[in-house]
Amino acid sequence: MKAAMTPHVMKKIVFALMVVAVGAGSARAASEADYLTAVAAAESANKEAGRLRNQWTVTQAALTAAKKAADAGNFDQAVKAAQEAEALAKASIVQATSEKQRWKDMEIR
Amino acid sequence: MSATRLILSVALALGLGASAVAAADRPDPVADAKAFQDYFVKKFPKVAFDDFVNGPYSMNADMRRQWEEKEQFPPYEFALEAGKEMFAKPFKNGKTYADCFPNGGIGIRQNYPYFDDKEGKVITLELALNRCREANGEAPYSYVKDEMASLTAYMAFTSRGKRFDIKIPDDPRALEAYEKGKEYFYTRRGQLNFSCASCHVQSPGERIRAEILAPALGILNAMPIYRSEWSGMGTISRRIVTCNSQTRAVPLEPQSDEYRNLEYYLSYVSNGLPVSGPGARP
Repeated sequence: MKAAMTPHVMKKIVFALMVVAVGAGSARAASEADYLTAVAAAESANKEAGRLRNQWTVTQAALTAAKKAADAGNFDQAVKAAQEAEALAKASIVQATSEKQRWKDMEIR
Repeated sequence: MSATRLILSVALALGLGASAVAAADRPDPVADAKAFQDYFVKKFPKVAFDDFVNGPYSMNADMRRQWEEKEQFPPYEFALEAGKEMFAKPFKNGKTYADCFPNGGIGIRQNYPYFDDKEGKVITLELALNRCREANGEAPYSYVKDEMASLTAYMAFTSRGKRFDIKIPDDPRALEAYEKGKEYFYTRRGQLNFSCASCHVQSPGERIRAEILAPALGILNAMPIYRSEWSGMGTISRRIVTCNSQTRAVPLEPQSDEYRNLEYYLSYVSNGLPVSGPGARP
């Protein structure tokens, strides 16, 4: 009975180790490639906001902070700032799109 | 036969309904301006109509007293003197600004901006001044700096008391420019999610930090202004650009189509109010 349990327990341990390994992988330090991906996404969203004539100053500030951190080799911080820039740019796109109709609600009639 | 009649009457009813909707949506600048002015007059029953051009001073007695004292030696005086000299000084080709404008540029501020049917766009006074310079072989001035403010200060001064008389010609492009200006005025932008109207329609007379917000009605009649906060003069372009960045929106380039249309709309709905520029603001 005891001998029959061993492979099962072993499997559980291996599975747990795999979970830990995956977790550790996601917590690893960001690389330059991660930064480049994040900043490309942010710049693309900000470009779209520019096409809509509705960029935000804070998006540009976050992009500048991301580049500065990347130049200093701090890719964790660079990715974080780039992701913030992307979120801000996307919010400015939502604003520009919804305001296409919503501005009428504010009009004095 | 009766089926045909039924179809016809349904089609007619639908057609009438559609045209009623179209009528409701059709731009009506005259009705807009009346509603706009009525809103402020009703909101501030104690403010005399012409006093709206004095912005925050029409809303706050303490500020008004300070302003009246300040007007003894107005802070825009240097710009005004400089503007007068610049206006008279000939370009290298011997011509002057007076050659570019009706009535030699004197007493005409109240007619700007206007819609130019050849170009199909709005022409502001600042734009016309730079075009005058370029047509005479001179480099254009920055729209947000002192020289442009000095020139417009002088032109406003010679027009003081004349009532805004902005025209919208019978041209669909002019109406479109007006409508786009209105849309810009009411559209929220920037991370703070403010439109021009958030401050200058919904909250005039209220404080935003240490400032008292000016009403949108008559706000351009006082331009250009000396702002103590800027320690200098500011053009209409500078005012709009700064408003944008204060809401954390990236400003557009001065004299972009959007800003020209905005100035067109905002000036039109202030028709009937006198030119009071150049002005002074805290």
